[in-house]
Amino acid sequence: MRHLLSAADFSHDEAVAMLDLAEDMAEVNDREVKKLPTLRGKTVVNLFFEDSTRTRISFELAAKRLSADVINFAAKGSSVSKGESLKDTAQTLEAMGADAIVLRHSSSGSAFRLAHTDWVDSSIINAGDGSHEHPTQALLDAMTIRQSLNQDVRGKDLAGVRVLIVGDISHSRVARSNLLLLTTLGAEVHVCGPATLAPSSLVGKERVHYLLDEAIRQVQPDVVMMLRVQQERMTASFFPTEREYSRVWGLNKSRLSALDDKTIVLHPGPMNRGLEIDAASADSKNSKVLHQVRNGVSVRMAVLYSLLSGEKENA
Amino acid sequence: MPRNYILQSATDVFGKSVDVVIEDGAIVEKPALGVEHEKIDCSGLTVLPGFVDLHTHLREPGFEQSETVASGSRAAAAGGFTAIHAMANTFPVADTAGVVEQVARLGEDAGLVHVQPIGAVTVGLKGEQLAELGAMAQSKARVRIFSDDGNCVHDPALMRRALEYVKAFDGVVAQHAQEPRLTVNAQMNEGALSAKLGLAGWPGVAEEAIIARDLMLTELTSSRLHVCHVSTAGSVELIRQAKLRGIRVSAEVTPHHLLLTEDLASGYDPIYKVNPPLRKQSDVDALRAGLVDGTIDVIATDHAPHPKESKDTDWASAAFGMVGLESAYSIAQQVLIDSGESSFERLAEVLSTNASAISGLTDQGTYLSVGKVANLTLVDPEFKTQVESKTQSMSENNPYVGRSFTGGVVHTIYDGQFSYRNRQIVERSAL
Repeated sequence: MRHLLSAADFSHDEAVAMLDLAEDMAEVNDREVKKLPTLRGKTVVNLFFEDSTRTRISFELAAKRLSADVINFAAKGSSVSKGESLKDTAQTLEAMGADAIVLRHSSSGSAFRLAHTDWVDSSIINAGDGSHEHPTQALLDAMTIRQSLNQDVRGKDLAGVRVLIVGDISHSRVARSNLLLLTTLGAEVHVCGPATLAPSSLVGKERVHYLLDEAIRQVQPDVVMMLRVQQERMTASFFPTEREYSRVWGLNKSRLSALDDKTIVLHPGPMNRGLEIDAASADSKNSKVLHQVRNGVSVRMAVLYSLLSGEKENA
Repeated sequence: MPRNYILQSATDVFGKSVDVVIEDGAIVEKPALGVEHEKIDCSGLTVLPGFVDLHTHLREPGFEQSETVASGSRAAAAGGFTAIHAMANTFPVADTAGVVEQVARLGEDAGLVHVQPIGAVTVGLKGEQLAELGAMAQSKARVRIFSDDGNCVHDPALMRRALEYVKAFDGVVAQHAQEPRLTVNAQMNEGALSAKLGLAGWPGVAEEAIIARDLMLTELTSSRLHVCHVSTAGSVELIRQAKLRGIRVSAEVTPHHLLLTEDLASGYDPIYKVNPPLRKQSDVDALRAGLVDGTIDVIATDHAPHPKESKDTDWASAAFGMVGLESAYSIAQQVLIDSGESSFERLAEVLSTNASAISGLTDQGTYLSVGKVANLTLVDPEFKTQVESKTQSMSENNPYVGRSFTGGVVHTIYDGQFSYRNRQIVERSAL
């Protein structure tokens, strides 16, 4: 693997192997000295055209724990011609010696474009491109789900696991990457959200639900993944008010009690407490939000390791 | 230089072998005695009326890094065009007599093709207030087609007024049909693929809703409507029904909407980003059927040159548009002739005579009419070529690079003189 652009880049076996590798990395994270020398001398650039402190820090930690040098580049604001600065900025950073570029960009396909043009030769890791994909988020979600269902996780996939993703599916890169990866791993993925935000073409009609209570009843999910609600969706009339959204699609105490005891709750963060998820659900024992954060570092270590140490062997 | 030619043994649109005689720039029935003619062997070539493009972006004034009237004229001549219609979205906008006359004059200076300016419908293409349509119509540029192309005249009251107003000088409003509220930040055809790619969708209904409204306004005002770059099966059906009702509507389709589909967006290469967007194969099929059965009147290129930096970006940052003048004929031949669906007679209509009639050009689309000035294009239907990025156009945003085409333009005769001969531009200064 040279780039990680999409959760669809993984076959079933590759996905399982990547999760296993992430478990190895997790063991490093539990040591007193949380560091491997593997990527010493390599340079990883976090190129973030959108603010995302969490994702950036997670990648930064992952790279540092593998002894890579890390540069953070936050492109300021909304420049008129983001595209030109994507090419120019990436080339500039590569000229300084970047081996991998971790790209967050508001434009769907930007990571694919960076990887498939002659602009740069670096390995490209998609850290979120517009409404398209966020593959390392899907990996960390899969890792969290796998851990919650098994004592011994190695070699296991997610066959038969029922996942319900709730919220703005249309604009969510988290949803898209999870749909791809969790399905590859054998899970049965359903989505639920306002009809304005839940396109049936991504999952098929029979797996789209418009009301959360019905969806919980029908799907009996093992995993409920709540997506963050963006304020701008409301102003664009995708749904009328925060109150109505919260009433119909928010995860709250009563809906939590309708779930099986063992059902886990995920959220990619940052949470809008009181909107898509209430405090009781966010802080419940079902919530695996902090596991997700911890696993995020492990899967990103695994990805960086696969991309950058593999390259050395080939060279 | 003599302006007397005999094009020997060409094949006309009916499949008959003809000798075309041109004297002093005009078509004559027989060579006059005592007149010297240059004889040109045209066996194997089909003679067609010079092509007329209703939809060309020449970018001058204002965007000369993309194209100039001169470079666009060269591309037109190489594509077999003897007349092109320059869209109004220049800077300054072609919304006054002064600007349209400037564009027309630049066309005359280049001298390779008749450059017919299109006037803006509204001041600055802003959709708020009518431009001085009468002044443009009465100017030396003799504007008959008005369009805010790039923007839709979306205000229904303004569109109604424009349709009524242009009746005074037999004008026509050429509408870029795009409901703006349904296409905010739209990037590609809306559907399963746009959902998968995470690109904001441009639903076909945003085009169809405007066309349906405009057809009703056209009927109400007894005026004349031209629909630019029709792209969906639903639009074709609306226009078909309107024609059956007797509404005076004409419609164009671009070569790219006849050939390419939305699947090309999958690689996020903005060379395939165009407005309206590439649609599905079922739309392509409907457009082709509409072109064959007469619902769609013309192939118009929507030649939209852009500099490299406008496409050397991520998808969302890239400009909409693709060049098209130099590949239009090959695509028309593929769609109408090589497909077995239609004939050279129909090809001549959709590439020349219908556009000429819509625009009221008396010297174009006249084909072999005796006494008329010669505006002719000779094509080799067997010629095989692979598209290269460097062409006569200044811009290289060409989606066909690397594709193989059959059929190409060999000679273009504009205003009785070669503008393109043996696949070479003949500069006016060389005459």
